[in-house]
Amino acid sequence: MIQETEIIKDTTHLGDEGELVVNMGPQHPATHGVLHLVVTLNGETIKKIEPHLGYIHRSIEKMCESLTYRQFIYVTSRMDYLSSHINNLGCALLIEKGMQIEVPERAKYVRVILSELTRIASHELWLGAMAMDLGAFTPFFYAFREREMITDIMEDTCGARLTMNYIVPGGLMYDIHPDFQKKVKAFITQFKSKVTEYEDLVTNNVIFQSRTKGVGILSAEDAISYGCTGPVARASGVSCDIRKLFPYEVYDKVEFDEVIETAGDSFARYMVRVKEMNQSIRIIEQLIDNIPEGDFVGKTKNVLKLPKGEFYTRVETARGELGVYIVSEGGTTPHRIKFRSPGFSNLSALNHMAAGSKIGDLMATMGTLDLVIPDIDR
Amino acid sequence: MFSLEGLTAMIQNWLAANFNPTMILVLQCVIVILLAITLFAVLGLVLVLMERKVAAHIQIRLGPNRVGPGGMFQTVADTLKLIMKEGLTPDKADKLLFNLAPFVVMMVGMLLLAPIAFAKNFQIWDLNIGVLYISSISSLSVIGILMAGWASNNKYSLLGAMRSGAQIVSYELSAGFAVLSIIVFTGSLQITDIINSQENGWWLFKGHIPAIISFVIFIIAVTAETNRAPFDLAEAESELTAGFHTEYSGMRFALFFLAEYINIFIVCAIGATLFLGGWMPLHIGHWEGFNHLMDYIPSSVWFMGKTFFLIFLIMWFRWTFPRLRVDQLLNLEWKYLLPISLFNLLLATVIAIYGWHF
Amino acid sequence: MTNEAIKEFITATLPSASFDETGEWLNIQIEPTQLLTLAKALREGETNMNYLFCLTCVDWKTHLTMVYHFSSTQHRNSIVVKANLDRNQPSIETLSFIWRTAEFHEREVFEMFGVQFENHPDLRKLILEDEFKGFPLRKDFEDPINMIKL
Repeated sequence: MIQETEIIKDTTHLGDEGELVVNMGPQHPATHGVLHLVVTLNGETIKKIEPHLGYIHRSIEKMCESLTYRQFIYVTSRMDYLSSHINNLGCALLIEKGMQIEVPERAKYVRVILSELTRIASHELWLGAMAMDLGAFTPFFYAFREREMITDIMEDTCGARLTMNYIVPGGLMYDIHPDFQKKVKAFITQFKSKVTEYEDLVTNNVIFQSRTKGVGILSAEDAISYGCTGPVARASGVSCDIRKLFPYEVYDKVEFDEVIETAGDSFARYMVRVKEMNQSIRIIEQLIDNIPEGDFVGKTKNVLKLPKGEFYTRVETARGELGVYIVSEGGTTPHRIKFRSPGFSNLSALNHMAAGSKIGDLMATMGTLDLVIPDIDR
Repeated sequence: MFSLEGLTAMIQNWLAANFNPTMILVLQCVIVILLAITLFAVLGLVLVLMERKVAAHIQIRLGPNRVGPGGMFQTVADTLKLIMKEGLTPDKADKLLFNLAPFVVMMVGMLLLAPIAFAKNFQIWDLNIGVLYISSISSLSVIGILMAGWASNNKYSLLGAMRSGAQIVSYELSAGFAVLSIIVFTGSLQITDIINSQENGWWLFKGHIPAIISFVIFIIAVTAETNRAPFDLAEAESELTAGFHTEYSGMRFALFFLAEYINIFIVCAIGATLFLGGWMPLHIGHWEGFNHLMDYIPSSVWFMGKTFFLIFLIMWFRWTFPRLRVDQLLNLEWKYLLPISLFNLLLATVIAIYGWHF
Repeated sequence: MTNEAIKEFITATLPSASFDETGEWLNIQIEPTQLLTLAKALREGETNMNYLFCLTCVDWKTHLTMVYHFSSTQHRNSIVVKANLDRNQPSIETLSFIWRTAEFHEREVFEMFGVQFENHPDLRKLILEDEFKGFPLRKDFEDPINMIKL
């Protein structure tokens, strides 16, 4: 055993003269979970933000090393619990790529529809939570009204509302519910008629605009340098939508726009997500009537063994690019597995974005980063 | 016709018949204190329930509906819970100030009740500088909040208290100027005089544009003064957890909570008195029949109706708007509201001098 | 840019680098001491690898391997750079001055694998508590309380 690396002493101190060090979290209403930020303040102005992570670290990467390729998919639902379906999809795609498993068209269609529904559900929750960070409570309930319809669809389809575990390598676990198409169409109608309410209540609100415009600006270069992905990077004008750049499943067959804003501020991030919900609806509309008949799962061996080598897949979750990196030695379990989670990189840009602004701006910035702590901690 | 006037006269006569003058004063004080405390308790319960119901209605949900018919006793149950909870005092807190602060805030609310006319001739103390008294006493509440924030020895509390101090002191100016423009019209600081001057129409309608501008500024300023959303920076939940009352628990927290609602009631009552005629029924010029009909509605109903309408307005704000940022809050006051209200006061004076108002 | 062009470019800066094209992307094997030279060249040269999208470490029981996934938002092609480290004294240059995302990822690797990143601006534990002993993602990590042997 080698000598333990000497733990470098915590450099946080009580602050210089005129500074106030405030621990935001791990229990704090705005951190949405157990994120711990050590914020150095000068009056109301933020001088430095230092995230302390690990309060919900479950060592999923280590755990997956002892789980088989069929088992480990379901642990990933617990990473970014708001886009659990997309996490599962990323892992399944990797196994299918590594073992060259054919996935039936029907499964591909359903996977994409559910991915987009998950994305909408995630953005709905974000919309409510972000408005709450800014002190408006009502949008939360409006957003949850539509989100509830999606979770109902999920419940019908796979029995779970949040951590769905609907995907197996090679396809889906069950066929879709007979009511699936009907319910999804009902949701689309409802969503389209209600989305104007968000515009009235949030987007066009003068206070909301003054709280978010020009707040937490992230330039395109910084977004790339910090490894930001998803709506955060797209709001800064970086084209990074994996669905467009490296299409998986049937994303190359559907028409949708990659939403890009250039301002890079909190309002741009807000607009990107709201517009993205509309694009997701567009994707679902193109697919929902064309789900092909046939098998919902392809033929696979009972015991999956990835060939020796290294594999990497990327999928676009609601928060950005999720990378799954597996080093296999040819056995039934991975030798090393790494999840490149979007939230981890997005969080690293927080200090850069919020330093120098007011405490209120930190809430706007953090809210529009859409941090999910289990995704950051894994 | 039901009137509170008769009731007070009856008690007055009974006291005069049975006791000597000193005793009368003592008994009157006791009655007033009992009434004030009862009013506080009832108002607190009603307003909290109202807030929750209004919020629920705006947020497409039902609100409290389990305890009692339609959830009417929910707040009673909540209060019982708060009374039974342990009131913790943090170890490093300034014990005296920490325990005193909620009572200071509460006392300010109680003192402010004195000059308010709840109905025709139903008033605790009709002092001749009523409006001045209200403005001066209401600025004391910031002391309680600063005490709470400082004594808690908590960084969030301190930040909240400092925000609150800056906010209340600034918005007091606008509220003062808005009130002044009505004083200019009436020429008296006495509450009864102000109400009587609105016999042929409320100042909101009689006073032309200056009165309307004053009313809007007054509503904005008092929303800020009572630390209500969108100006609830002092307790900004998502930023400072609970701001100045983070460390309070049990009944002392309930006192802060209650004081907030009492303050809303009082500022809305003042708003109703100054702009909407207090207990004065709606009178339109020379429409004798209409005016007579309006007189049949008891004055207390008029007063409460107007006050609760304004309270509803303030609750509506809270559940619609996001919170302002601290610099935006101060910008709004010093760069917009204050110049506008100064100019507005000038305009009101010109109108009052030339007698252009109705 | 094609893989050939990238290979040519890298050979020009670093003749000793070896390539492996069996996987999905071009793999480049280098010595740890050469990392900074190569990284600077990749970032500033015509390859314009401005996006470091994955930084991790693999424990091979005999040695550790640092794995860097680079991509370019201009050319949209990805490459993998690997460097083998001595397991007893793992140490490598930090890349946090070139790609700022590396700062957090390196802190994670530091506490999980015990790799020392030289010149890192703030090399402290990010996820584990400060008193934590051992490197959890190494293969020989034992925790009798929290780990169950299957």
